[in-house]
Amino acid sequence: MQIKAMRDVFLAALHQKMHEDDSLFFVSADFGAPILDKIRADFPDRFINVGIAEQNLINVSVGLALEGFTVYAYAIAPFITMRCYEQIRVNIAILSQLRPMNINLIGVGAGVSYSLSGPTHHCLEDLSIMRTLPNLEVFSPSDYLLTESYVERTIANKTPKYLRFDAMPMLPASESVENFDEGFRVLQTGSKAVIIATGYMSQKAKKVAADFDVMVIDLYFLNAYDLEKLQVCLEGIETVITLEEGFKGVGGLDSEINSKLKNKQVTNLGFEQKYTFEVGSREFVHEENGLGEQDLITLLKSVK
Amino acid sequence: MIDTAYLKQQAKFLRIETLKIHKAAPEVRVASSLSPIEIFTALFYGKLLRYNPKNPRDENRDRLIISKGHGSICMYPLLADLGFFDKDELKRVCKSGSFLGGIPDPIIPGYETVNGSLGHGLGVACGIALALKTKKSDKKAVVLTGDGELNEGANWEAIMCAAQHKLDNLTLIVDYNKVSMLDFSKNIIDLNSLSEKFKAFNWDVYEIEDGHDIEQVYNTLKTAFSDQQQKPKVVIAHTVKGKGIPFLETHPLSHILSVKEGDIDGLVEEIKHAD
Repeated sequence: MQIKAMRDVFLAALHQKMHEDDSLFFVSADFGAPILDKIRADFPDRFINVGIAEQNLINVSVGLALEGFTVYAYAIAPFITMRCYEQIRVNIAILSQLRPMNINLIGVGAGVSYSLSGPTHHCLEDLSIMRTLPNLEVFSPSDYLLTESYVERTIANKTPKYLRFDAMPMLPASESVENFDEGFRVLQTGSKAVIIATGYMSQKAKKVAADFDVMVIDLYFLNAYDLEKLQVCLEGIETVITLEEGFKGVGGLDSEINSKLKNKQVTNLGFEQKYTFEVGSREFVHEENGLGEQDLITLLKSVK
Repeated sequence: MIDTAYLKQQAKFLRIETLKIHKAAPEVRVASSLSPIEIFTALFYGKLLRYNPKNPRDENRDRLIISKGHGSICMYPLLADLGFFDKDELKRVCKSGSFLGGIPDPIIPGYETVNGSLGHGLGVACGIALALKTKKSDKKAVVLTGDGELNEGANWEAIMCAAQHKLDNLTLIVDYNKVSMLDFSKNIIDLNSLSEKFKAFNWDVYEIEDGHDIEQVYNTLKTAFSDQQQKPKVVIAHTVKGKGIPFLETHPLSHILSVKEGDIDGLVEEIKHAD
């Protein structure tokens, strides 16, 4: 398997789709990617760069979507969610309840994948604030195979969506994608406990849990997964650990699981509610927040 | 040809009906709904817009985005009169279960977007105008905004974008009534010279000296709509907030003031018999 970035794989697949489907429109807030250069060269009439202006990125995309285009709005994750949250709320979440629109917000830079760029580029709030909006599907993939599978859904599923992409190239978490629409997958089986993680943390959970009798579940449709199937998967397991690259206890993955799995023993792992200014590798930033590999291994050793 | 007498009569009708709605539903923003009446009259009764009451989202309509939603209660009698919905609905404005609220939303046939939060219409209209161009449609996008609303920064992102992409199928109409919520707008954020600002942003600028002179309004809008100079167009209409209600016309707090219920019938009579 190759190491690839989610956005590169997604955009390459989208580039192909744009050849077949002239209703696809791409809007960037002056944010790029090598494949995006091909998209804008091949489809100058269906690509627009609105400049460093995320509020207008959303509004222009909404206008295009109201007119029937399938729209992809593209920017750095904290900016496409928080700089223009009001535009997303009013013109996407509220308006789409009355007027259907297919609009796909692609944010690159999940969690602390831009670890060196500091707190403005760390994206630790988006899972909770995007999840709280009605009428918006939240997709938090853990590898590029999932992002590739999602391309079809962005076209077929004519609703607003938020796509939270990691910035860093990675190996896939699993060799293939099966039952994609269920919204979660089992990366490792186990019987003593289960880690339910999302995004990069699913990869990390798989790595640290390799030597433990612990199930690892990768949840990638944060508000559109098959809950019944998940409950069946978890039968007989009482101890649940949630793990996310986001602030903990404020409405992210942990809140979703806590509210749905009320009869289990759930421990929530995520970032403490503070910003990290000390730069370093992603693992360094994780360690600063008690989420280093050793921290997680120590925790797993304590699971009886 | 413009039928001035007819348009004047329709503007009068809207002013009276708006006051009647205000009488039954004092919650609605009356002053800011009285300033754009001649603009809406020219657009709809003057047929400067293509619209279809039987199918409000007809592909062959012009797209009107009313960004100052709260200040467009005068659209309720207009839309009912044109057949967008039943006239009986006008009796239920702001009543439980009514789709005609204090701030119009697109559950009302004839409204395109959510308008309760200011500064959103122009950006969405840019996307619509871009889509219409891409689809090679000859329909146009028209936005109505207030002047206070131009304080919102998102407008200026859209203003730059529209010029950059030569959206000459986009017209912004500014209902320049010069009163915001807490004061005259010049004492909050002075927009003067608004026309120079738009010129500097590479827009084509039209100005209506008296936004209540129906001939001026109609003729200027008509000229602006027919102009295709590869630039977006702005029509700055100098209007009076609370037009027709003397005490509102000069009051810096007119936005939040109501007309006393007992005064409305008398005011309606005055408007009926005014020139």
